Amino acid sequence: MQPAIEIRNLGKQYPLVTSQPYIALRDVISNSAKNFLKPGKKAKEKFWALQDINLDIMPGERVGIIGRNGAGKSTLLKIISRITPPTTGHATIRGRVGSLLEVGTGFHPELTGRENIFLNGSILGLKKIEIEKQLDAIIDFSGVEKFIDTPLKHFSSGMQLRLAFAVAAHLEPEILLIDEVLAVGDAEFQKKCIGKMEDISKNSGRTLLFVSHNLGAVRSLCNKVVYLQNGRIKGFGAIDTIIEQYLGDISSTQNKKAAKGNGNVTIESCRLLSGENETSELFLGYPAAFELKFTSKQDLKNIEVAFNIRNIYGDIVTHSTTLDNKIQFEAITNETLTVKASLLSINITPGVYSIDIFVLNNGELCHGYTDFMEFSVINSDKALRPDGFPPHVITFSETNWEMIRHEDL
Amino acid sequence: MEKTVTQIHPPKGFSLGLKELWQYRELFYFFTWRDIKVKYKQTVLGILWAILQPLALMAIFTFLFSKTWPIDTGNIRYPIFVLSGLIIWNLFSNAVSHAGESMIHHAAIIKKIYFPRLIIPGSSVLTAFFDFIMGLIVFIIFCFIYKQGSHVSGAIFFLAGIVIILLAAFGAGTFLAALNVKYRDFRYTVPVLLQLLFFSSQVIYPLHSIGQPWLRNLLSLNPVNAALELFRAPLSGAQPDNNIVLIGLASTITILMAGIYFFRKTEAYFADIA
Repeated sequence: MQPAIEIRNLGKQYPLVTSQPYIALRDVISNSAKNFLKPGKKAKEKFWALQDINLDIMPGERVGIIGRNGAGKSTLLKIISRITPPTTGHATIRGRVGSLLEVGTGFHPELTGRENIFLNGSILGLKKIEIEKQLDAIIDFSGVEKFIDTPLKHFSSGMQLRLAFAVAAHLEPEILLIDEVLAVGDAEFQKKCIGKMEDISKNSGRTLLFVSHNLGAVRSLCNKVVYLQNGRIKGFGAIDTIIEQYLGDISSTQNKKAAKGNGNVTIESCRLLSGENETSELFLGYPAAFELKFTSKQDLKNIEVAFNIRNIYGDIVTHSTTLDNKIQFEAITNETLTVKASLLSINITPGVYSIDIFVLNNGELCHGYTDFMEFSVINSDKALRPDGFPPHVITFSETNWEMIRHEDL
Repeated sequence: MEKTVTQIHPPKGFSLGLKELWQYRELFYFFTWRDIKVKYKQTVLGILWAILQPLALMAIFTFLFSKTWPIDTGNIRYPIFVLSGLIIWNLFSNAVSHAGESMIHHAAIIKKIYFPRLIIPGSSVLTAFFDFIMGLIVFIIFCFIYKQGSHVSGAIFFLAGIVIILLAAFGAGTFLAALNVKYRDFRYTVPVLLQLLFFSSQVIYPLHSIGQPWLRNLLSLNPVNAALELFRAPLSGAQPDNNIVLIGLASTITILMAGIYFFRKTEAYFADIA
């Protein structure tokens, strides 16, 4: 049997964008005038977003693509879905492709829900007859039948998402490409979507390529994993092996840049735990722990350990230190210590975060990493709101709501 | 069932991609349908707006030129001459400016999904064509009001005129669309260029009124002139001027080929730079 997706020596190079995301004709003219007057121009800097990708995916395989931000996951998906061309190599795709890099591509706020089903469906590659045939199933799956004939601008963001996903779930391609679209939306609906996708891929033998930070979703949907690191394939194979490799990489200090400090201690690793298991995703409102291992290079007193959690914009959303518990450690030369920080409840809103870790001695930094590892926070049953959190919300407060009636009024 | 096989490789060579455009033909319809629907949902005056604008201009030009500076338009009455010029001109300028902006307008979609990109400027031209049909109906009504004589024998010229203006608008529009993605500041020159083109078109004056043959031939390079020459043939009953039509046809074909070629050559990178 021939592979459904066959990738050979694929590479993608981007010019390193310096200031402007686009070219202005004005600048082209003034630059070429400058170069004319002052010859000897410097070459433009470029970087490889993907390099030497070789991959065979057989029909019916469900492959998850994992890796840190910037590893090339989305670029790979964009090339396979023909949004952007590769710079080198080639790929052969056997079968009708449905790609879902965003939910609700092309939705228009002025059109009604029903009209948007047709528009979005046809952008995704469905024929009008196919949409008509599936229309009732789509509307039913979306759960917004009451509003289906009102303009989309009156829909809440959660309703729009449901409608969009309902259309996407009814695409019936042989090869389905999905990018992180489940990162949004409420837990209940996510479950429904994952269920529908499992149904599509497992029971009908479709090929699935799924990019996600959500390792749980990868585990439940896929039967193989591609692990990308800096634009290259680091691992490809069985789920458990590759995810273990990935977690090992992100928790170890190897290949980590931006180390700082006077070198009196060396951080060996930092693991993220949910219960007893190492993970890269935490559940909203549930406990989690960081486990940091370091070795002392000399006899030290007053050792302090601290961490920052940053959101995707680089803002520090929370910080914690052993000093909060009035704890400081002592270590003798070459002693290895493990410090466990247990968070009673994860109260930052669902999304992708990174952690900075520090070991200090008498207030002086001994060893530290910014952006040491990434993890995601996933919505849970602690926040049952139907539409997820608005994008600007940073923290979650677990709250008990009750109504007190004023009997004496 | 036969499997669809897609080959993905770095961009090379040139093809029109007609087969793929045919596969995605429904998307032409859906984009056009969306634009028309949204346009008429958003404006209170709706279709009326597409009609009032040329009528108002017709009144102004008729007032200006019939009293102060009479122009000889042969068998065609001046208001009808201007109105026919304006609806063809509006088709061209709306199609070109909307198609020119269309790729930037659809940047979000281009980055997220693949389909033949020519559909985007193509459907902008179709949307402008819809407005033109509305204008055309009004134009025909005005022909009756002004008791404008017409000759059925010219019907084929009339249709050829519309085809030429559509092809020229599509060519110029796709060229502009690709240019706008690549050089984001080019769009500011478009209104000026269109203005220039307007005054070189025989919208408010007939090309025959220009004495110098070299100037007439130069202006014939503007495809709008050939389109209007043909479009007005059933009204005047005269044979369209061969020079104007042939020069215009040659320039239309050149614009069309250059536009599509440039667009197809740059479209692979639209998602990276849009």
